[in-house]
Amino acid sequence: METSITRRRRHELIIGATLLAVLALLPLPIHDVYTRNLIIITVLFAGLAQAWNVLGGYCGQISLSHALYFGVGAYVSTLLLTRAGIPPTVGMFAGGALGGLMALLVGWPCFRLSGHYYAIATVVVGEIGYLLALNWDWIGGATGINIPYVRSVGDSWLWLQFRIDKLPYHYAALAFAAVAWLVAWLIEGSRWGFVWRAVKDDPVAARSLAVRIFPSKMAAAAISGALTGIGGAIYAQYVGYIDPDSVLYGQLSILIPLPAVLGGVGTLWGPLVGAAVLIPLSELTRSYLGGSGRGVDLMIYGALIILVALARPQGLASLIGVRVRAPAGADDAAAA
Amino acid sequence: MPPLLEVDNVSKSFGGVAANVNISFDVREGEILGLIGPNGAGKTSLFNAISGAVTPDAGEIRLNGRRISGLSPEQCALLGIARTFQVVRSFDSMTVLENVMVGAFSRLSRTRRAMARALETLAFTGLAARVDTPAHSLTPAEKRRLEVARALATEPRLLLLDEMLTGLTPVEAQSGVQLIRDVRARGVTVMMVEHVMEVLLPLVDRAVVLDLGRVLTIGAPQDVVQNPDVIRAYLGDRYAAA
Repeated sequence: METSITRRRRHELIIGATLLAVLALLPLPIHDVYTRNLIIITVLFAGLAQAWNVLGGYCGQISLSHALYFGVGAYVSTLLLTRAGIPPTVGMFAGGALGGLMALLVGWPCFRLSGHYYAIATVVVGEIGYLLALNWDWIGGATGINIPYVRSVGDSWLWLQFRIDKLPYHYAALAFAAVAWLVAWLIEGSRWGFVWRAVKDDPVAARSLAVRIFPSKMAAAAISGALTGIGGAIYAQYVGYIDPDSVLYGQLSILIPLPAVLGGVGTLWGPLVGAAVLIPLSELTRSYLGGSGRGVDLMIYGALIILVALARPQGLASLIGVRVRAPAGADDAAAA
Repeated sequence: MPPLLEVDNVSKSFGGVAANVNISFDVREGEILGLIGPNGAGKTSLFNAISGAVTPDAGEIRLNGRRISGLSPEQCALLGIARTFQVVRSFDSMTVLENVMVGAFSRLSRTRRAMARALETLAFTGLAARVDTPAHSLTPAEKRRLEVARALATEPRLLLLDEMLTGLTPVEAQSGVQLIRDVRARGVTVMMVEHVMEVLLPLVDRAVVLDLGRVLTIGAPQDVVQNPDVIRAYLGDRYAAA
């Protein structure tokens, strides 16, 4: 049965695979460390924004506590490495599991609130997590944790450590973003995706169609939190040092959703397009204007976000014709 | 065999305002039952009680002899009660097909099968040409049809239609009437709230008239409209005597 939905999904998969190939080759001709770092962070944030999109976009729950899940992933994999000698490639799945669990713990009370009240509650929860980590000496407190280079192992994929070469981190970030994208793609085509979008659009109507609201939100939160936790673990290995101010700070909870919001909430390509525009822009404004100390970089950054919100509330992805449906009565109907 | 639905002495008040007072009636398998009454008679409130959106303060609602009052809307939906809303509630970020698939997913877990069910339901409700249209760009009449399609995709035994024909042009209303007849022919029992009397009366098998939260009378539509109490409720005392 060929419908517009099945056809669209096949196209998405082809575009996704092509994009993956392009991104895999992209850093090869680039040897400048600054640019490579920029690409890695962009790809990582594309994945993180996609992870947020699962809960915030498809299920419509505007979570502002994703720094918490990111931080949990970073801390869990790092502590497993420094305290138990467990390689981060294993640790990141533990970090993801705990990130997902943390999202469930936050969701349990917070999903009883709706709309703005939910968002506000998540801000508070994120802040609590930050303050706890800041004062918890066993996990390094405000000093943070230095991630050691395990000399006996050397450069290793299993230990996700590379002394000089940044390229492997690019592939780690790319694998993460690809998985996040694939999860979103699978969700879009599954019962969950439909149910979650129904929850977002109209909970009353959704309930009349046998949709259970609370479990739906919890499932979305768990997947979103788990993906974010894995992203946090990869980030920790990449930067080699974590503290509450680098992986748990409140602003991160805004930086993670921002690419998705800018690119198009609840769309497959929005987080990618948003990250591709936003992260380089923020880096460039910071490196060219940030030194002035007058916050000009943030002004330009903020102005752009306002501009997009005003001119393209559906997100930047809609500019390049992503997810534009066939007009009414197109040939698909006849085929159906 | 008990009737499909039994409403047994149901009362519900909201902050001291009695919306339903000791309401009792049955819905028989395969009939089209009209629920009529002036504004504020408690029709939508009763719909909400039957579909699980609110729990009655007193009394009981039974589906096939099984108590359903107090169950959640999602449980009622699974037991076979589907509804449409007085103010349409389409999923506006989705296409017509996707809207109906949400309903189909209540019984089916595989996307392919849910899509097939949704397409079948859309063909039945006359929306086949609008499959890929975003729900928000439908006409009001089409949106009402979409709600019916979405509800039918849950494979209900009882369909509650809340003012599905209100606000439509006469032509649209007539095709809506035909749709309701088709739904009944499909084996789905229909209970409908409606204001448009001239459309409703030829359509329904029986009518329940509510006024000020109470049942005024129950009966065949032609008898109901001649009942002095009904005339008084709608038009005032002066006309009841005439």
